[in-house]
Amino acid sequence: MDTALLEQRFNEKIDRDVRIEPKDWMPDHYRKTLIRQISQHAHSEIVGMLPEANWITRAPSLRRKAAALAKVQDEAGHGLYLYSACETLGVERDDLLSDLHSGKAKYSSIFNYPTLSWADMGAIGWLVDGAAIMNQVPLCRASYGPYARAMVRVCKEESFHQRQGYEIMLTLSKGSEVQKKMAQDALNRWWWPSLMMFGPTDAESKHTEQSMRWGIKRFTNDELRQKFVDATVPQADLLGLTIPDKDLKWNEERGHYDFGAINWDEFFNVISGNGPCNKQRLDARNKAWEEGAWVREAANAYAEKKAKRKAA
Amino acid sequence: MNKNWPLWEVFIRSKAGLNHKHVGSLHAADAEMAIQNARDVYTRRNEGVSIWVVESKHITASDPEDADQMYEPAKDKVYRHPTFYNLPDELKHM
Repeated sequence: MDTALLEQRFNEKIDRDVRIEPKDWMPDHYRKTLIRQISQHAHSEIVGMLPEANWITRAPSLRRKAAALAKVQDEAGHGLYLYSACETLGVERDDLLSDLHSGKAKYSSIFNYPTLSWADMGAIGWLVDGAAIMNQVPLCRASYGPYARAMVRVCKEESFHQRQGYEIMLTLSKGSEVQKKMAQDALNRWWWPSLMMFGPTDAESKHTEQSMRWGIKRFTNDELRQKFVDATVPQADLLGLTIPDKDLKWNEERGHYDFGAINWDEFFNVISGNGPCNKQRLDARNKAWEEGAWVREAANAYAEKKAKRKAA
Repeated sequence: MNKNWPLWEVFIRSKAGLNHKHVGSLHAADAEMAIQNARDVYTRRNEGVSIWVVESKHITASDPEDADQMYEPAKDKVYRHPTFYNLPDELKHM
């Protein structure tokens, strides 16, 4: 069958909202775009464990520690679901990892900021996971089957992440003056980077139009960012905390909150490797990979030995 | 030596009485490790009571290109369904 006809059939499926599955024909560009998008997402989950892992041993109670451990373990799981989905497109796991380790592949810019206080665990759960959920829920309907199915699992699990974060913020904001200050300081530092998580403005976003056409993106960056702001402002009010944006106000006419200008220079600077923790994060990933090499080899050797014994 | 761990497909029975259902895949050095990893990756919230793992290379799948010839013949055989047969209303429970 010629490519034009195959492409026409593919587009008809997309238009009818029929899912594309691994062995179905798909345009090369669709495949490549998905590999980039899914692997970036997987990398973000894996690197996203690092800022939080720092606080597991410092959690203020056993209850908080158990939750932090479970959350970080979930993130490892989410990374693995997504790497598996990505591999159905014909890439090898090791190639994806080596792109992460060499710095060639991107991950969410948010994880290049440091976690300075316990309140950051609250702010990350509330804002960063909140923003991630905004992004991910529509992807449960993504046109590529394995990706959509992985996102369904991720979204089911992510809800606890946001709630435990908000509970931390709630406890701190109802606590002593020092605790309240800590919560406000965390909000001040995480607010703008969280808004940047949705990516460049629609005018600047080079992949949006094609990705919307293909059903691997269901809302534009600006639409999702607006949804997030609208959902989050009342949550901040409930905490009695102030969002660090003097231009933030309700716009009756639009039925949305207006908000101030985002510092895009900062965003592009962090994306291109110059954020406060980019080097630290990549070093930690590379160290884990290198120091785990003997375990991977030993497991292979043991599997071979067992197989030989069984055959004998 | 740096051989990648092979890929395994994971199937989970969510509770006794239901069939195993494909949930995803993972890498592991051998079957035993695949089961252990599947437990950690796919059943953190009581999703299952039983796990199957099969090395992905052992799965033979039909070709989507053949879908027409494979499944089309069943479409015009409505007489395989109970509603095809005209029976009087007086007849209850059949």
